[in-house]
Amino acid sequence: MKRNIILSGVGGQGILSIATVIGQAALDEGLSLKQAEVHGMSQRGGDVQSHLRISSEPIASDLISRGGGDVILSLEPMEALRYLPYRSEGGWVVANTAPFVNIPNYPDIEGVLAELRALPQAILLDVDAIAKDGGVTRAANIVLLGAASSILGLSFENLADGIRKIFGAKGETVVAMNLKALEAGRDTAQKLKNEK
Amino acid sequence: MPINSIFRNNGSKAWEETRKLDIVRTRYMKKLLLLGDQAVALGAIRSGISGVYAYPGTPSTEITEYIQASPEAAGIHSRWCTNEKTAMEAALGISYVGRRALVCMKHVGLNVAADAFLNSAMTGTNGGLIVLVADDPSMHSSQNEQDSRFYGKFAFVPTLEPASQQEAYDMMAYGFDLSEKQGLPVLMRITTRMAHSRAVVQTGPRREVAPISFPKEPSRWVLLPVNARKRYDILLGQQPELEKISEDSPYNKYVEGKDRSLGVIACGIGHNYLMEQYPEGCPYPVLKIAQYPLPRKHLEKMAADCRKLLILEDGQPFVEEQMRGIFGAPCAVAGRLSGELPRAGELTPDNVRSALGLPAAEGFAASSLVMPRPPVLCAGCGHRDVYDVLNGVAVGYPAARIFSDIGCYTLGALPPFRAIHSCVDMGASITMAKGAADAGLFPAVAVIGDSTFTHSGITGLLDAVNSQAPITVVISDNLTTAMTGGQDSAGTGRLEAICRGVGVEEAHIRVVIPISGNRDEIAKIIRDEIEYKGVSVIIPRRECIQTLKRNVKKQAR
Ligand SMILES: Cc1ncc(C[n+]2csc(CCOP(=O)(O)OP(=O)(O)O)c2C)c(N)n1
Repeated sequence: MKRNIILSGVGGQGILSIATVIGQAALDEGLSLKQAEVHGMSQRGGDVQSHLRISSEPIASDLISRGGGDVILSLEPMEALRYLPYRSEGGWVVANTAPFVNIPNYPDIEGVLAELRALPQAILLDVDAIAKDGGVTRAANIVLLGAASSILGLSFENLADGIRKIFGAKGETVVAMNLKALEAGRDTAQKLKNEK
Repeated sequence: MPINSIFRNNGSKAWEETRKLDIVRTRYMKKLLLLGDQAVALGAIRSGISGVYAYPGTPSTEITEYIQASPEAAGIHSRWCTNEKTAMEAALGISYVGRRALVCMKHVGLNVAADAFLNSAMTGTNGGLIVLVADDPSMHSSQNEQDSRFYGKFAFVPTLEPASQQEAYDMMAYGFDLSEKQGLPVLMRITTRMAHSRAVVQTGPRREVAPISFPKEPSRWVLLPVNARKRYDILLGQQPELEKISEDSPYNKYVEGKDRSLGVIACGIGHNYLMEQYPEGCPYPVLKIAQYPLPRKHLEKMAADCRKLLILEDGQPFVEEQMRGIFGAPCAVAGRLSGELPRAGELTPDNVRSALGLPAAEGFAASSLVMPRPPVLCAGCGHRDVYDVLNGVAVGYPAARIFSDIGCYTLGALPPFRAIHSCVDMGASITMAKGAADAGLFPAVAVIGDSTFTHSGITGLLDAVNSQAPITVVISDNLTTAMTGGQDSAGTGRLEAICRGVGVEEAHIRVVIPISGNRDEIAKIIRDEIEYKGVSVIIPRRECIQTLKRNVKKQAR
């Protein structure tokens, strides 16, 4: 088992929490793990990314090679496109379709979505809207994780356990909200698959 | 080879102690998922340090933050220091009384601490002292990509460069033992991808803090020329032994390979990028280097055995230049200087792959729609109001130059503000404005953050006061060290008093609140102070929006 996952988004959207939950689940399954994060300067509304590698074998590099990404998980559509050079043959893109526009030259969103839709293996969903509908606005990032849950090579139950462990300190309500978000993401992805 | 093998079994008490420790260690092993920075921090806690001394700086900040937050670090001094030099000296003070200390900083911080650092090798140490420096190749959050290994060589001290988070943890105990055995500070150099990458680390039990004990040779701590000359001879005389220790180090490994057309020297995390290419094992001989001075014996063997050497180092061509020397290496050398690897920027699995002559991985093309998304000042940040007003005032003074400094407010250089003309090193805003004013520039304005002001701005302000330089200094005070995540700022609540103490006239220390309703008032104050022909200080003061949010949340709980 091996998954190279690129997480991307805009500073403050919560990609590091996604990484932490996946990391916890991977550890619970006894897998090796390496995760390179970006801290500092780029967190001020700039683009952020994290390389997360999980494997049943020991892992050498902290960074993923170009063309080596099994999953690109992005909380922002243009940020998903930024990491396409990392996508492997047959790799998945799981992305939020709601743009985060904080630059004057943000490209035409229809063009961005068209490029994402043209990808052979993509799960595209409006994470912000789903989170809002479900009353879990503050857990939009975990909706995205739920949407990717079937392709990460980890069991759904372990991901849910990861959420319980990571958010446990913040209280029952926060855990429940994130579990609900995880399920909402999974269910939406399932629906999208059935529609195809 | 066991980690403590540099301490041969000489039957001493110290040897007995370490052996016992090893046994206890295996009994209490515990796995944790840690950032490289956190591995360093925990390694230091478990090595029995009495204090960690640091000024924040990416990518080193999380080391001190981990120790500050760790329940098992009670009793370890961990308050932030005013700058890297004060940090280095305080740590040396701990060492003087026979206890262990860790100093942490980012690479440019070592420039600030350099005087203390180089001379700590001259005095030598008593208790173990590790100087941890986090370099930032590719300049993810820095103004240059200087390689701290040069400083290690410059100071003649042992230098460690862990290749994994596990080594980062283990090397703390190893480094403190080495420091105490050699009576020298040990430099540990990490880079961004080690500092900010997580992996599982096997941890061990904590060592007791040593009792206070004074140095055996008091004269070496008094670096009068007469003593310093003796110490320098001793330091130089130690070098062959340090080289021998590197050759025998468990962290420097020579692994034979079948194909001797190439030998690969892989430093620190460069080794990971190499092994990534060969899951079944590297066909070439590999020398992994994680401890300096360079292990000469291994290098000689590799140069004799292999037709060509490839040198992988995450930073500047430190090893490569030494291998080439002036008259050339005994065999062909490939690396950053000959173009197999890029001259600047960090190593990646991709550029290492290409340096090995392996076919590039087939990545997909980048999308032409993607635009850069630079960091920006937060919505609601007080620096925004400062720059809005300053830009308005500057319209009336076409010759005005705004010398700025390092912090969140440096983002005022980018659109929509484009408000500042310089950012060089911490504190340079005030002194550059003074120099420009000395040369006849009017108006010369400095913009500096509160933490940067106490880090390195106060002495420059004193220079300006002493020569009555006509400069206007804006200390944009958000009550925190925001750029690095909101650490305490050393002068909070005392900036006016500091300025007064330095000699700025009371009437020209003006405090304002940077909100949009006050813009006209602030503009008038700035104009008045620009027209004043002496040193004036304007302090726009409003809490950082990020720390404010956090504090509100905390109170709600
Ligand atoms: C010598 C040195 N040490 C540390 C840093 C890292 N650093 C850059 S800006 C900054 C904090 C600046 O704080 P402040 O001046 O209060 O401005 P703010 O970010 O709060 O606006 C730090 C610690 C550096 N660039 N150089």
